[in-house]
Amino acid sequence: MTEAAAAGLLLVGLFFVLAGVVGVLRLPDFYARLHATSKCDTLGLALMVGGVVLHSGLTLTAGKVLLLVVFVGLINATAAHALGRAAYRSGLAPWTAERDRAPR
Amino acid sequence: MNDVVLVVIAALALAMGLSLYRVLAGPTNFDRLTGISLIGTKSMILLLLLGIRAGKLDALVDIALSYSLITLVSTMVLAKYLERPGVPR
Repeated sequence: MTEAAAAGLLLVGLFFVLAGVVGVLRLPDFYARLHATSKCDTLGLALMVGGVVLHSGLTLTAGKVLLLVVFVGLINATAAHALGRAAYRSGLAPWTAERDRAPR
Repeated sequence: MNDVVLVVIAALALAMGLSLYRVLAGPTNFDRLTGISLIGTKSMILLLLLGIRAGKLDALVDIALSYSLITLVSTMVLAKYLERPGVPR
């Protein structure tokens, strides 16, 4: 039962990670891509770490693995904010529906 | 569970390859940095799953933790650098 739950969490997390990759490949400009990756990746990692913790049981290693979720939650949010701010301040124009294609 | 871990490892490797396209072909440097951080997150999960597969999870968790902190430092420094005027985007 626990093994089945762990496998299910791994697969759901894999779905979110793959959705983030599809967003990075398909979306029209940098801001949209950043939006797709930062959230999908964090949620995917959290779910897959949940699967790993369920598989390995309640040990010190599981505590360290859960600490990884805390770190990545802080790190992905901070990095996405810093990247978006740097792009906006360096003058990268956001894509809008009026234009025909994404700005270079 | 073992088969599921193997399938997830293969799918994550494929996803890392697809993210590498954005690093190589991204129109701006910010796109390249986004792709690099995406590959970094995936490799943390990959380390955990390889640890389960090899039975050495306690050793590989520490590597994943330190890798996440290194990713933070490198991304913040490069974002600060690219924010400067005069640096090509």
